[in-house]
Amino acid sequence: MSTQTEQKVERVLVAPGDKLAEGDYRILTPTTAYRVGNSYYSSVVGLLELNTQEKSLKVIPLKGSYYPRVGDVVVGIVSDVGLTNWELDIRAPFPGILYAVDYLGRAINPSKENLKDFLDVGDVVVGKIEVFDRTRNPIISTKGKEFGKVVGGALAEINPVKVPRLIGKKGSMQSLIESETNCKLVIGNNGRVLILCEDKQYEDIVVRAIRKIEVEAHISGLTDRVKEFILVEKVRRGLVGNERRET
Amino acid sequence: MRGEKPRLVSEDGIRHDGRRLDELRTIKMEVSILSNASGSAYVEFGKTRVIAAVYGPREPPQRYMVLPHRAVLRCRYHMAPFSTDERKNPAPSRREIEISKVIREALEPVVVSEAFPRTSIDIFIEVISADGGTRTAALNAASLALADAGIPMRDLVAAVAVGKVNGYLVLDIDQVEDSYGEADMPVAMAPSLNMVTLLQLNGVLTPQEFSQALSMAFRGINEIYRLQKETLRNKYLVKVE
Amino acid sequence: MSVTPTSPDSIIPRLKAETLSTLIKKGVRADGRGLEDFRELKIITNYLPKADGSALVKLGDTQVLVGVKLELGSPYPDTPEEGVLVVSAEFVPTASPAFEPGPPDENAIELARVIDRVLREYGVIDVSKLVIVPGRRVWVIWIDIYVLDHGGNLIDASAIATLAALLTTKIPKYTVTENESIQIDKSSHAGSLPVVRKALTVTVGKLSDSLIVDPTIEEEKVVTAKLVVGVGEDGAIAGLQKSGDGYLTLQEVEKAIELALRKGSELLSKVTEFLKTLEAASTESAEVSSVEEGGSSRNSSNA
Repeated sequence: MSTQTEQKVERVLVAPGDKLAEGDYRILTPTTAYRVGNSYYSSVVGLLELNTQEKSLKVIPLKGSYYPRVGDVVVGIVSDVGLTNWELDIRAPFPGILYAVDYLGRAINPSKENLKDFLDVGDVVVGKIEVFDRTRNPIISTKGKEFGKVVGGALAEINPVKVPRLIGKKGSMQSLIESETNCKLVIGNNGRVLILCEDKQYEDIVVRAIRKIEVEAHISGLTDRVKEFILVEKVRRGLVGNERRET
Repeated sequence: MRGEKPRLVSEDGIRHDGRRLDELRTIKMEVSILSNASGSAYVEFGKTRVIAAVYGPREPPQRYMVLPHRAVLRCRYHMAPFSTDERKNPAPSRREIEISKVIREALEPVVVSEAFPRTSIDIFIEVISADGGTRTAALNAASLALADAGIPMRDLVAAVAVGKVNGYLVLDIDQVEDSYGEADMPVAMAPSLNMVTLLQLNGVLTPQEFSQALSMAFRGINEIYRLQKETLRNKYLVKVE
Repeated sequence: MSVTPTSPDSIIPRLKAETLSTLIKKGVRADGRGLEDFRELKIITNYLPKADGSALVKLGDTQVLVGVKLELGSPYPDTPEEGVLVVSAEFVPTASPAFEPGPPDENAIELARVIDRVLREYGVIDVSKLVIVPGRRVWVIWIDIYVLDHGGNLIDASAIATLAALLTTKIPKYTVTENESIQIDKSSHAGSLPVVRKALTVTVGKLSDSLIVDPTIEEEKVVTAKLVVGVGEDGAIAGLQKSGDGYLTLQEVEKAIELALRKGSELLSKVTEFLKTLEAASTESAEVSSVEEGGSSRNSSNA
C-alpha cells in the first residue's frame, strides 16, 4: 500500500563530495547538489533521487536547520514585545517579525495600548512567512482562519528537513496520524508541530510517532511502521480494547 | 628537535609504536555525539582525541560580525587543560589562535556559506587528549560535524600530518615523533575537488622530500576521507526492529 | 576565535577586481610588474639607536621596522644550553585603517609564528653560542616586528627586515662575576650575533588561477589563497603556511614552491650582497643604502 506512494526512482545515501552523475542534468535542490564542469556532486548527507529519464536529480538532506522561505507556515514563540510589533522565535537564524497591524487587523496607538495585552513572551503563534528578502528579518502574517495565537494542545519538534516526511505524499502521513488518533496536527515548515487532541491521552502517542518519523525518515516502509506503532501504543494504554480493528 | 635524538625508526622502517612508515594510527570516528549542537563529531587518532561541535547557521552574537551575502564562519580550536602532559592553561595561546585561523581557512573553501546570508556558522573544537596531530584530527572532526549539522559543503575536508623522523618520512606523526623529528607537515584536502585547503611545514625539507611527503599525505588523506564518509553513512544505516 | 573577515576594508570594487584579473591573465600587473617580480626593495639597517640590531624595510608601499633587543634570561628547562628566541609582531594602527589598537590579532600572531618557525627550524641563529652560564643564564633574543605601513605582502617584508636586523645585531659586552652576577655594558659589543644560515620567505598568491609573488594590498584583496614558503640559502624549504580563505590545487602547490624557491634565492643574494657592501662601507653611525629589485627584472621562463 505505502510502497505505491514511494517513487520508483531509486534512493541512494550520499555524503558531501560524492559524485552523483555526469552529463546534463537539472538540479532540483540547488543548495544540496552542485555542478563542476560535467559532474554533479552532493553537498550534504542525504538521499539522492536520480531520474535518468527526466534527466533531473535531487538530494534530500537528512539533517539541517530551518532557513525561512516565503509562503512557509511556521509555529513561532513570542520572544520579544515591541511598541508596534512582536518578535517570534521561529527556529531560524533570524527572528520573525509580526506587526500589530497584521495581527489585530487595525492600527494601534502605542501610547494607549500595550502589545503585551494581546501576545506576551512565551505565547505560541501560527503564521505564514509573508516577506523575506534576506536583507531584513522575515515578516510573519497571521491573516487567515488557520493562523493566530494558539491556546491549548501540545508542541513537538522535528528536524525541519524531515517535515515533508511528516506530511507525507499528498498529506498521507499527516492524515494517517490524525485519523488514527483523532488529533489535529498543525505542521510548521520550521519543524514545530502543534498537536491538538480531543483526548489528551493521545498527545504522547503522536509525539512519539513524530520522533519515530524523524529517526526513520530515510528508511522505506515508514507509513506502515507508523501505523503499526500507533496501534501498539494504543493497545498498550488501553485506548483500544475489544473494539480493536482489523488493520 | 632538542637534545639527544632517540632512534624512533628502525632500520627496516618500523616506527617506535610498531607502525610502518606510511601507516596511520588507529582511527575512530563518530558523529552526532552531542545533543544540543546542530552537528557534532568525535575523532580519535591513537591517543589524540578531539570533539567538534557546530552551531548554526544562527544569528551572530554581534551585529558587526555579519556579511550581507554569505554566512561568516567562526572557529575555535582549544586544548583542554588536561589534554597535555603538563596542565595547559585554558586561556587561548598564540598557538591556538593561529590554529583556529588555519582551520577556519581550511574549511572556508568547502562550506557553501553563500546559502545563508547574515548568519554565523560556529565551529567549536575541544582537544581532550593531545598526542600529536591535533590540528589535523580537529579538522577531520570539524568537517564531520559540519556535515552532521546538514550544512552544505562542496566536499569533506580530510587532514593528516607527515613528518620527517630520523631522516625518514612518516605518515601521521604522534607527539614523540613530532618532538624529536626534523619536520612536521600538516596537510588538508577536499579530495574530490583536488583542493589543498591547509598546508603548513614546521621544519626543513628538500624539494624532493617535500614532493614525497605531499604524496604520502595525499594517500593518507584519501584513507581518512573514506573513513569519514563511512562514518556519516553508517549513522543512517540503522536497522528497523 | 577566528572569524571570517567582515571589515568593509576587505571589499574591493568588482570592476577593480576584474581589471586586476584580466591583466594578470595576460601576465601583467596593475603596477606594470610581471607576475614573478618583486617590488622595489629598500633596506636601511642600524635604523634604531637603542636597539641591538634593527632594520627598516620598504617593499613598495609596505614598511616594516624590526628591532632586536638582547636581554639576559633563563634558558628553557628542556634546552639548558641554548639561547632563547622570541618573535612578536605588532600591526601598528598607523599602518592601515583596518588595524585597531589592542593585543595582536590572528594575522599578527600568524606572521610572527611563521617567521619564528623559519628562523628556528632552519637554524638561522646558532643558539648554542648564546649561553653565558650553562643551564642558568642565556641571551634572550627579542625580535619585535613593527608593521608601519601596510602595502601588502607583510610576511615577506617582515622576513627580510628580520634577517637584515639579525645580521646587524651586536651582542653587548658583558662580564660574569664570581657569584654569577652578570654585568652588561651596552656601550660596546662582544661581537655579532651568530647568524650562521640565512633564510627568508616568499609568499605566492593565487589570483584567478595565476600565481604571483609579492602581492600589493589591492592584489591581496583579490588573492584567494597564499602560500608562504620559507626559503633557505641552500635551496631547502624552510617552512610553509597556506593562508587565506581559498585553496590551491596539488599542482598549484608544487608550482608555487618551485617559484618561491627560485625567487627566494634571488632575493637572498640581493640582501646578502647589500649587507656586504654595507659592511665594506662600515661606519658606526646609521647606514642608509638600498638594494633595488623590480623594474628591470625579467619574467622567468618556467613558471
